[in-house]
Parts: sequence; structure tokens; C-alpha cells
Amino acid sequence: MSATASLHRRQSRLAYAMIAPAALLILLIYIGPMISVVLASATDYSLISDYWEWVGLDNYRQMFADAQFGNALRNTAIYAAVFLPCAFVIPLTLAISIQNRKQFRSLFEILYFMPVTSTLTAMALVWSALMDSRQGILNQWLSTIGIGPVNFLGSPEAVLFSLAGISLWAIIGFNMVLFMAGLTAIPRSLYDAAKIDGADHPVDEFLRVTWPALAPTSVFVAVTSSITAFKLFDTVAVLTQGQPDHASEVFLYLTFLEGFEYFNMGYAAALSVFFLGVIFVFALIQTLLADRTAH
Amino acid sequence: MARLTLTDITKSFGDTQVLKGISLDVHDGEFLSLVGASGCGKSTLLRIISGLETADTGRIEIDGVGVDEAAPKARNVALVFQDYALYPHMSVAQNMAMPLVMGRLPMYARLPGARFLTPNHTSTRREITSKVEQVAEQLRIAHLLARRPAALSGGQRQRVALGRALVRDPSLFLMDEPLSNLDAKLRVEVRREIVELHRKSGLTFVYVTHDQVEAMTMSDRVAMLQEGRLLQVGAPSTLYGDPASVDVARFIGSPEVNLMPVRTVAGGLDLAGQVLPLATRQPEGATLFLGVRPEALRLVEAGAAGAEPATTLTVTRHSVEDLGGELVVHAALLHAPDIALRLRVQKGSDARAPLMVPSTFRVGVPEGALMLFGADGQRISDPVLSLSEVMA
Repeated sequence: MSATASLHRRQSRLAYAMIAPAALLILLIYIGPMISVVLASATDYSLISDYWEWVGLDNYRQMFADAQFGNALRNTAIYAAVFLPCAFVIPLTLAISIQNRKQFRSLFEILYFMPVTSTLTAMALVWSALMDSRQGILNQWLSTIGIGPVNFLGSPEAVLFSLAGISLWAIIGFNMVLFMAGLTAIPRSLYDAAKIDGADHPVDEFLRVTWPALAPTSVFVAVTSSITAFKLFDTVAVLTQGQPDHASEVFLYLTFLEGFEYFNMGYAAALSVFFLGVIFVFALIQTLLADRTAH
Repeated sequence: MARLTLTDITKSFGDTQVLKGISLDVHDGEFLSLVGASGCGKSTLLRIISGLETADTGRIEIDGVGVDEAAPKARNVALVFQDYALYPHMSVAQNMAMPLVMGRLPMYARLPGARFLTPNHTSTRREITSKVEQVAEQLRIAHLLARRPAALSGGQRQRVALGRALVRDPSLFLMDEPLSNLDAKLRVEVRREIVELHRKSGLTFVYVTHDQVEAMTMSDRVAMLQEGRLLQVGAPSTLYGDPASVDVARFIGSPEVNLMPVRTVAGGLDLAGQVLPLATRQPEGATLFLGVRPEALRLVEAGAAGAEPATTLTVTRHSVEDLGGELVVHAALLHAPDIALRLRVQKGSDARAPLMVPSTFRVGVPEGALMLFGADGQRISDPVLSLSEVMA
């Protein structure tokens, strides 16, 4: 008995030793910072002073009373409501129409994927030139059809839509490639079977074969795109800095302002914890749905 | 119930011509197998019959009506795929109901959620459900109706695929190598079930396979394809016993037919130096192939009683496969070791008794079982006679 028990103990010790490096890395890189953010959110720690003390849930209380917090949430929600459906439907439509092409398929793939490879911060400057309210080429085009000029980045009504447009341009190619990978994995014989069974109309084909078979890909695209939407920061920081009149102040930009412009690190940490919670919910949805649709 | 007529079907993919003019008649209620090595065009032909591919030229008729332009659903054919092609997100019942749902319900009633908005179609839905249950009962899969395909075994999936094909009462039942994904034992079982299904339903079956055993055991007639051409169409026994060419003779039958190159000479047939006392009507000096099935050859035991066959060959043993009831002996001619011979020897009443095959032995060749092929591989219908008989 003791011999097998000691063997068992030795084996489990070896097993722990083997997972230790990876476990420690995860602890150090992911879990550690998360814990310190949660701890910091319960302090009044500020970048400009060494003195800090515990304030309990004061930061959270302040957060829910803060008008800027509500404004940032609303802006993020509007932006996501514009961005998400387009970030899903446009790439899916493109993927299906490119998939069936024999000629130029790879050319289209490269063209649509190119924005993904570019640096969004640098390309944002190009977009700001295109969207300029006076000399921008977009306004020149609009004026030829009798619309405008639109102050894309300067008017409170348009700015979130303009930012969503830029982000769409940057993400369409990526989501399209994901959908194409999903489409390639559908066996051809399913489409043949559908034809034999009478589902040869494109709508039937899509509803009976393509859409159900794409379910895991769709869940993945929807969730990663949602997270991307909530993480909107760089174009705001480069192009509008939350202007005009806080109209483009989205959640992460507010967090950045509180932490690095106003030096309220404790409060910024509380905002981060809230953000972490929202992202966690979405990741959870994806994991649960992916498990269910995998079969 | 349907008669299928193919006339001069051709099909090319790019520069490769896959079908080079196929004309074939499948009778009403017949079980016809399309057999051939992979790449011979049999699956393409089946896809053309089903309407999934269109032929470049030629004509397809079902019951005398041309269907060349008709969509697959309009032909009312059922097709069972090699990988079954079951819809993975649907239950067995939904899979089987698919052809009926698509055929009997209008587009708006098929949309997601329409079930609750179109109550006037409930009677149609009830009919569909009862038809599915009836077919499931018949195939003994009624207890699986609620499951997804992923939760089924290979044999069960196969039955669901058959069920999906059966519910629509098709005029033609097409199958594309439906047994190739099953293990050997199950294959024999399902083979029998498909034959039974054919007998009960009385439908016209076209069955594609690369396995000559399946073609031989299941079909009324076998059509053999090679490189896009029909080599021979006939009953299994005809293809086995009376093959039209060397290619048919070699493809049908296992172990493979014995083929020996011979030359006609004055005293009979010259087989690598040994002159066999056999007579043919072929001119002297012609190069021919002598074919004989492995079970027709006889082991001649030294000192055995009875008349010795007129034609014997001395061979050396290479290996012996014991199949339990019989032996397959691989041998080669003693005087020409590059000419291989295969023999099937029955073990007799006591299968346990060891049957000794000496390292060198004599084989009797019965004239009646010999087949003659020309140098081009085509069959020569002349009988091969023993020389002594001709003299007498």
C-alpha cells in the first residue's frame, strides 16, 4: 500500500512541477494585475501622491453617480449598436459572395484583408483627412449628389457613426476571413443533399445548410466583435479626444482620462473592474454557446 | 417505378474527358450496379443521373421523358451519399422529413418560426410526421428519431440516409458507395438489408461501387466502367463467366483471374516454351491470352486414381492463404517463373484436416473453363478444345 501511495505522491509532485512554469506565468501576467486592479479600485491612489488609503466602495459609488460615466456608457452603446450589426452582416455577405467565385477570389481576399494589416493609428490620420469638413474628399463626393457638407468628426450627431465607419473598415476583412474559414469547412455533399431534397433556392440553402453550419463561427465573430466594440480607444485618442462636447467619449477613453489625465488611479481602476465584468459576461456567453453549438 | 435510359452521355472537366459516350438502359424495378476502379467516371455518371451535374452531350430519360434540363428535385430521384450527408444540426426526424418539408410546404411556411403562424399547414405537417415515423419503423430507427446524427453509429447513420431517401417515394433510388464507410461485418449485414429493401419496394436502384463483391452479390445486372467507357453490361454471372475483355475478367472475381500469354503453334498453344495440347481456330503465330478462373484449376495429386487431365502445368508454390474452408495457393510456372498462377482449392468435408500443398506440384487445366483473349485484350469467343478431342 505504502509503495503505491508514495509512487502516486511522487507522480503528482512531478505533475505539479511540470505545470508550475505555465501556471506561474498566467498568475503573473493575468491574475496578478487583475487582483491589483481590484485592490486599487478600493483606494484613493493617485499618480501624483505617495499617500493613499482604503476607501472601500467609494469609487464605485462615485461611478454610478457620475454623469460622465453614464455619458460614456451611452456613447459606447450607440457606437456598438451601429458597429456590431455591420461588422457581422457585411463580412458574412462578402464571404458568401467571394466564396463562390472562381476567378479573382484571392484578389478580393487580399483587398478586403489589407486594412487589417495596416496600423489603425496611422490610418486614422488618413481618415481624418478624408473626413475633413472642408477639404475632405468624402464631402466633395457628397456635394456632387447634393448632400452635406457633413462635419464627420466635429458634430456630436455624426462623430460616433464616423468612428464606427473607420472601425468597420478595419475589421471587415478579418471577420470575412473567419467566415470564409467557416464556409470552407462545410462539406459540399450537404449542399448536394439539399439540392436533391429540394432546397435548391439560395434562401433555403442559406437557412437549411449554411447558417446552421456557420453557428460556431458566428458566435465567435459576434463575441470578438462585441469586445472590439467596447475596447474602442485608439481612433478616439488620435482623432477626437472625446470631442465635441464629450460626444465621442467612450468607456475606455473615459478610463484613460481619469487615470492618466486627471490622475485618479483609484477611480480609473474601478472603471476598469466594471469593464472587466462586462467583457467577462460576453466571454462566458461565447464559451457556453460554443460548447452547445459544437455538436 | 421507373425506367432510366441514358443515350451517349459525355462529360469533361476542363481538358479531361470523364465520360466518353455512355449509353445504358436500366429496366423498371431493376438493381443495376455501376462498378469500376476509382476515377472511372461512375460517380460522375450517378451525379448526372441525379441532376447534380449536367452532361455535356447526350440524353437522359426517366420513363421516356427527357429530364436533361430538370433540376434534381423535379426528377424525383433519391441519392444516398458516401458520407451520408446528414444535416448535423437537425434531429433524425428533421433529417428524414427534409425532402417532404421542401416538397409539400410553400416557402413562407418553411421559414423559421412559421410553424406557429401558418396553422393551415398543420395537417400537411402531421402527414409528414406520420410518413417519417412509418419509414423509421420500417428501417428500425424509430427509437432514434429525436437524436442528432453525431450521436449515431455508422450503421444507424446509414439507415437514416436510406430513410431520408425513402420518405419521398422516389422513382429512382441512387446510391454512391453507401457501404464504404462501414466496417467489414456491418457491410455484409447492410448489403443484405439493401437487397431486401429493393425487393420490397420494387424501386429502380442504381448503385455505384468500386467493390466487385458488392456489385456481384447485390445486383440484377452489373455495368462495368473503365476510363469513361462502358466495358460490359450484364448479369453478374455473365461478367464472371463470360467477360468481354481482359479488363472485365481481371476486375471481377477474387482472387484475380489467371492470365497466361500463349502463341498458337502447329501442335497446340505455346506457353513460354511448353506446348499445351489445345486447339483453337486462331491462325498460327497469333499471340493470345489464356484466361482461367482460380477455382477451375485442379491440383493433380501424384499417383491418384482416375483419368489424368490432358493439359497439366507444373508449378512451384509461393504462398498459401488458409481461408478456413478453402485455400488460395499462389504459385508460378516452374519453367517460366514470371507467369503467376492462383488456385482456389476446397478443403473438402473436414475443413480442419491440414491440406498439404507440396513445394512443386502439377495443376490440371480443364479445357471447358478456358477463356481466350486477343492481344488487344478483347475476348475471342472461340471455344478452346483439347487436341485429342479434335483428332477423334
